[in-house]
Amino acid sequence: MVLVYISSNNGIAKSVVETITYARKLSNDVVVITTGAASQDDLAQLGKYGASSVKVDRAIVGGDSQQLSRLISSLALSLSADTVLFSHDVIGKAVAPRVSVQLKAGLVSGAIALPEENGSIKVNVFSGKAMGFVHVKSALKIISLLPNSIPAELNGSNCPVEEINGDAGAALIKVISVKRPEGDIPLPEAELVVSAGRGMKGPENWGMIENLASALGAATACSRPVADIGWRPHHEHVGQTGVAIRPNLYIAIGISGAIQHLAGVNGSKVIVVVNTDSEAPFFKAADYGVIGDAFDVIPKLTEAVKKFKSSNN
Amino acid sequence: MKILVCISKAPDTTSKIAFSQGNTVFDENGVQYIVNPYDEWYALVRALEIKETIGGEVTIITVGSANDDAIMRKALAIGADAAVRVDADPKDAYFTASQIADFAKTEGFDLIFTGKETINFNGSQVGGMIAELLDLPFVSLASKLDLKGETIQLEREIAGGVELIEVNIPVVVSCAKGMAEQRIPNMRGIMAARTKPLKVISPTAVEELTSYVSFVTPAAKSTVKIIDASNMDELVRLLHQEAKVI
Repeated sequence: MVLVYISSNNGIAKSVVETITYARKLSNDVVVITTGAASQDDLAQLGKYGASSVKVDRAIVGGDSQQLSRLISSLALSLSADTVLFSHDVIGKAVAPRVSVQLKAGLVSGAIALPEENGSIKVNVFSGKAMGFVHVKSALKIISLLPNSIPAELNGSNCPVEEINGDAGAALIKVISVKRPEGDIPLPEAELVVSAGRGMKGPENWGMIENLASALGAATACSRPVADIGWRPHHEHVGQTGVAIRPNLYIAIGISGAIQHLAGVNGSKVIVVVNTDSEAPFFKAADYGVIGDAFDVIPKLTEAVKKFKSSNN
Repeated sequence: MKILVCISKAPDTTSKIAFSQGNTVFDENGVQYIVNPYDEWYALVRALEIKETIGGEVTIITVGSANDDAIMRKALAIGADAAVRVDADPKDAYFTASQIADFAKTEGFDLIFTGKETINFNGSQVGGMIAELLDLPFVSLASKLDLKGETIQLEREIAGGVELIEVNIPVVVSCAKGMAEQRIPNMRGIMAARTKPLKVISPTAVEELTSYVSFVTPAAKSTVKIIDASNMDELVRLLHQEAKVI
């Protein structure tokens, strides 16, 4: 059976249902363990994506990796799980390595596909410039699934939810406060991203980027120089040293496409590049290109998107 | 404050990524290795800033061969006081973390820093594993760290936001952008690095838990489709009908 850990503090994120879908493809017996504040109703709905049952421990409120790993490891042992699955998000990155050590089970971090016939699992390596196939030597496998790697699928109906007390001990890390950045869509979760770089000439010109993003329902992002000179907040910086994202659509405006930037976005399914310089290296990584001035192209594109949206509703 | 910074080598960003021996081994031909940027820019530099503010000692450790002494000298040139190399091939994250934890367990470090991930394997595994092996709290993806005596305050990335947290030392921290700014070693640092201690120790016997069976490089993108700048309706149509992303 597969034991899946999900975080439900901020409701049921897309990565959560993707992870459960993945688990269901590995086994018909999928037990979800969660912590956090999601309602019984919301948790029961996870059955629709393939969960056989959900266990929730309300005593753990934060993302303390010691508490969570104790909870998950002891459940994995008592349920005789053959796979423990996480989302490769901030909690998965902190907790899965601890569970791997506790259970002496190999960890495949950032899986992007279901296991191959030989049992190995595909992951991105070299910041997306290649993929590797990981073999796990232990019988028990720990996998963390990279968000936006497989589409969520409906596969069943509501499942039972059980409140448990996993007796995971105290948290040594004390949470003082949580800041949420402005903007509705967290960048790593976004399916559509509009990103801009130095070609925008100054922070005062970001209005048209935001307009395009809002017409599409997309998140906004930026290149490193733009974050470094303070035109945009650091959490918007995508690239090798910023956030790595893999949305369905990445629109890059006035970004030349340095290799460090590409490393953070080359997992995107479709890339559109808008640049005045037809020699910009980004065009080599793009699916669609527009050679032109952003100040001219972006308002036109925004209008075209609005027209499309209104005729499609 | 006694700080251990875990260092990994990584191929320079401009390196060509290719594989040999039937796509099972990374082809190091012509590859220039650097200190993994997260380890250098964020973990090491923040450790040095702490030492400069309140005193202490910064030790760096890597698991690797004698070829990696060059990147260790670079990290010493930036300002680390002493270096340790576990003389072994870093087979997987568990093997690497076990070697580092084995060294650290008797040394009494107050802080153990790693970068948030390496740019070659992107696993984000070693820090959490070291913390578990040493039974210490682990703060992942920290973007800010302030010392308040025995307590440290950190900001860390969480889903859709930033969390401000407090934890007592000793603790393991994985360092992301925001922790510090890159430093370029100066001539004095480079000269001093030559005589700083670089201790080579033998690995302990640990069975790795995972291995790479093979690698592939992504299929080349088909040629970019150029759309006339005056015809954005066409771009929207293609994104809807052909790419099916809107």
